[in-house]
Amino acid sequence: MAAETTTSSTSTGRFSGLREFWYYFSMNKGAVLGLVVFVLLILVAIFAPLLAPFPPDQQFREFIRMAPPWAGGTQPQFLLGTDEVGRDILSRLIYGSRYSLMIGFIVVTGALVVGVTLGLLAGYYRGWVDALIMRVMDIILAFPSLLLALVLVAILGPGLFNAMLAIALVLQPHFARLTRAAVLSEKSREYVTSAKVAGAGHLRLMFITILPNCLGPLIVQATLSFSNAILEAAALGFLGMGAQPPTPEWGTMLARAREFITSAWWIVTMPGLAILITVLAINLIGDGLRDALDPKLKRS
Amino acid sequence: MLRFILQKLALIVPTIIGITIASFAFIRLLPGDPILAMAGQHGVTPERYEILKEQFGFNLPIWQQYFNYVAGILQGNFGVSLATKRPVIDEFLTLFPATVELALFAMLIAVALGIPAGIFAAIKRGSWFDQITMGVALTGYSMPIFWWGLLLIIFFSGYLGWTPVSGRISLSFFFPRVTGFMLIDSLIAGKPDAFISALRHLILPAVVLGTIPLAVIARQTRSAMLEVLGEDYVRTARAKGLEPNRVVGVHAFRNALIPVVTTIGLQIGLLMAGAILTETIFSWPGIGKWMIDSISKRDYVSVQSGLLLIALIVMAVNLIVDILYAVINPRIRVQ
Amino acid sequence: MKLMRTLLAATALVAVMGGSAYAKQLVFCSEASPAHFDPGPTTGGNDFDASSRTIYDRLVEFEHGGTAVVPGLAESWEISADGLEYTFKLRPGVKFHTTSYFTPTRDLNADDVIFSFERQWKQDNPWYQYLEGLSWDYFQGMDMPKFLKSVEKIDDLTVKITLNEPNAPMLANLGMDFASIVSKEYADQLAASGNLADFANKPVGTGAFTFVDYQTDAVIRYAAFADYWRGKVALDDLIFAITTDPAVRAQKLKAGECDIMSYPAPADIEGLKADTNLTVLEQEGLNIGYMSYNTTVAPMDNVNVRKALSMAINKQALVDAVYQGAGQPAKNLIPPTMWSYDDKIVDTPFDPEGAKKLLEEAGVSGLTLDLWAMPVSRPYNPNAQRAAEMIQADWAAVGVTANIVTYEWTEYRERGKAKDRPGAFQIGWTGDNGDPDNFFATLFSCSAIGVSNYSSWCNEDFEKAIQDAKKVSDPAERTALYTKAQEIFKAEEPALTMAHSKVFMPMSKRVVGYTMDPLGIHRFDNVDVTE
Repeated sequence: MAAETTTSSTSTGRFSGLREFWYYFSMNKGAVLGLVVFVLLILVAIFAPLLAPFPPDQQFREFIRMAPPWAGGTQPQFLLGTDEVGRDILSRLIYGSRYSLMIGFIVVTGALVVGVTLGLLAGYYRGWVDALIMRVMDIILAFPSLLLALVLVAILGPGLFNAMLAIALVLQPHFARLTRAAVLSEKSREYVTSAKVAGAGHLRLMFITILPNCLGPLIVQATLSFSNAILEAAALGFLGMGAQPPTPEWGTMLARAREFITSAWWIVTMPGLAILITVLAINLIGDGLRDALDPKLKRS
Repeated sequence: MLRFILQKLALIVPTIIGITIASFAFIRLLPGDPILAMAGQHGVTPERYEILKEQFGFNLPIWQQYFNYVAGILQGNFGVSLATKRPVIDEFLTLFPATVELALFAMLIAVALGIPAGIFAAIKRGSWFDQITMGVALTGYSMPIFWWGLLLIIFFSGYLGWTPVSGRISLSFFFPRVTGFMLIDSLIAGKPDAFISALRHLILPAVVLGTIPLAVIARQTRSAMLEVLGEDYVRTARAKGLEPNRVVGVHAFRNALIPVVTTIGLQIGLLMAGAILTETIFSWPGIGKWMIDSISKRDYVSVQSGLLLIALIVMAVNLIVDILYAVINPRIRVQ
Repeated sequence: MKLMRTLLAATALVAVMGGSAYAKQLVFCSEASPAHFDPGPTTGGNDFDASSRTIYDRLVEFEHGGTAVVPGLAESWEISADGLEYTFKLRPGVKFHTTSYFTPTRDLNADDVIFSFERQWKQDNPWYQYLEGLSWDYFQGMDMPKFLKSVEKIDDLTVKITLNEPNAPMLANLGMDFASIVSKEYADQLAASGNLADFANKPVGTGAFTFVDYQTDAVIRYAAFADYWRGKVALDDLIFAITTDPAVRAQKLKAGECDIMSYPAPADIEGLKADTNLTVLEQEGLNIGYMSYNTTVAPMDNVNVRKALSMAINKQALVDAVYQGAGQPAKNLIPPTMWSYDDKIVDTPFDPEGAKKLLEEAGVSGLTLDLWAMPVSRPYNPNAQRAAEMIQADWAAVGVTANIVTYEWTEYRERGKAKDRPGAFQIGWTGDNGDPDNFFATLFSCSAIGVSNYSSWCNEDFEKAIQDAKKVSDPAERTALYTKAQEIFKAEEPALTMAHSKVFMPMSKRVVGYTMDPLGIHRFDNVDVTE
């Protein structure tokens, strides 16, 4: 933060190279911490079979609802205790990281592709295409996102895939609006006009000429959507409409554990903590990205 | 100004039509049969099934069902709940004040804490106060609130016993319902101890529901303040030797307020989504919980009209925010 | 004007409620909001607790804590020798509630009884469809239209019910909630003013409590009825605090916000028992959780395959994890508290090796089948998903692969009913009236195939036994027939009988005299509180 006065000499606000980006990003200690946690999470997800002490669905029926060893449990092999059918919670959390990251990646990719395409079409063609697309986005945004996702999942049937589909659908209007606004402001710029004069086709103009110049805000939005997707999937899981057991998805684990809130707190606390840490790490990265990519703040 | 409002309204009409189609279509697409859902463990006979189908108009062609639906809405008839057989609009209006009371209180907490926190963080930029506040705000922003609510219940209600577990007011109080807001009705009835009881019931759910808006407002206030503090006129004011508090209080804050007000307005939709989870956890008899129950009971008519009403309310609030924004900031009207 | 009226009414009520400083008040944390307060068309236990068991009475009642039928609004009755005519003598001087919205001018008489049945039975009765989309599910479900020939007034205090064919469980049916007696005078008054819907929202009955107020999804208030025909009950005020989450109900009970609660989560029971301010009553529920094998689809048409699948399951471990001490493994279809329960039956043993051998002998290897799990928690099976996970693991040990299948609850039952539905289907039943017929015939008679016989099982000997048991009224004779039915059932294994769940009722120590009812209803007419 102290660096702002020294950077004010940088001529334009536009992001010009990876090195510069990393310079700004690494100024934000929180963002770096978030990135480290996130990379660790990815490693945990990839190497889950090596890291987890037990398979995620192995039931130790003689050790049902065993407390963690550091909280009065008698079985040191279950570091975070066992759940309601005697499965090792740590192992389930480790495997669960795969689901949360997968949810984030798939939902964001889906929302990004659909949203950006719609936004480009609306911003580029204007007219009735624009009106139609933006009204549909307005309709989607008029419903509270969780409520809409709930109804969609109720229609499609509960399950992880359907939950992801529903969440992607409620998140994509943000990308569409953002892209449209960026396209509108870029469209009249000289470089677009000159590309047009040079005979570039519509697709080329939309995707190759204009889109790369709208990337900054989209990346920030994608990061935010990543954490939103994880939270909403967990909320759906919590309401019984997300991933179905025995999938070790964190929100679903939390929902099933809800009845143990007074009698076996570790079953409830651990998955919630895992969600919080993951989402927090991603949001820290998001903040860092915004600082590094947002020319306005850099200027001050 | 009038032209601006008319323009906005013209944009809203197709959206509203779209919303009626969407809420109508969603419900037809839901799996599970509403008539069977109403039956108990004995089920219904095929003959009875046909009779009921006809009564609800489920036998009509789909476009005619839609037409009847819209015609009903225009006459203020939102249908009759399949579960309770009461008009949906009655159910909605009985439960809505509970949600509004909760949401307003949550917003009050968020604004009362979020704005000062944001301002101080901006003034003391880089200090430990700033860093801790922003760290806490980001944690709040990242919070799975259903889990947060459970933790608070365990700690404050279970372990410390400070707050009641759920509900809107202690059951020993009973007074006439006038506005539907417990805080107001208890005062109208002249029962200050009932007011206190209602307040104690409200606090935990409001904290849970207010957590994310609080975080958003604190962060937004801070960055808006930072931006304004960097602007020339503030620097000028400072240079002119105006005392720092006056600079912050009068000059900077007023201008920083515009984006903050917008942010507060935009939280309404989020509050509705949050209310679904909060009301479920705290057994708060509001429309969020009602929607969840209606979905799980397959009370089609309630879900359909509930969706529509909620969307209309969110849109109305957004419209008001837009207009307010235009009032505060005339530049926007020109666009 | 309307507001004024509401205000006046409410103030009057406040005056009534606040009248005595020593009012004895009981707060019941109930599990769900009632749909409304007419017990005829509703189906949920929560509906009945809030209406029929507080506000209304019936001709006959189930004794407190049991299923035996005792006199209610009828002082006495006679059944003709052919089992076709039931003549009821009504109790004289029974008063209906006087409330802010209704003042009765006469006592209960035969007209009220006839009206109570005809409104559910005769399609031309103006009350048959007094709410939009009304359906009299229990009246239909208990086959009343099939059995009833007529309900006639002999004199003001005598009613004769005539049946088309003898039906031993009929008397028990009349003690059920749907058979609650409502006021014809009140109905006529509402019909005259056109406010028919008030009948469901502002109830009037003869029961121990009068209705005072209902705040949707939050609180129901009742006051003791001073002129109750059994004499005013010990309580003055009864409050239902509707709290849908069981963990929250338990918290409220511990915090003293309620005095008694229904359906605690199994996980909370230990903690509630440990609390010195609380007592936890428990009782075997009148229910069965089971898993139907479709007996018409290969290879489960082979009784040995069905046996093998059951033998592979560690039932005790399953019940421990799913019911968490709130259930007992079931060896028969009916629960042990029900008359005619055959304790001599030996359950299918847990024997994975034996199961493998049976499968081998049947020439079945690499079997893959669907394992259905309900999406909702029911009293007879609190967590079918968890049960499915455990059965899946047990079956894997004998080489059977199970795919867990689930659908939205109505969809689940619809698909489960199909005659050719593949796989093993988890389901259950809660007794309606304490008669074994309500289990055997409803769930496994040949005519129930495609309705509620999820095994599509039609066994000639079993069918004969249960049909004969309907026609005779001698309990000993009926017991012998049902014993035979249970033997055939165990030998043929059309379903795995999983467990009978236990029902718990935690309450504050200040609650005195509460008895648990096997039919799963909650009654407060004989309850008192100490200060």
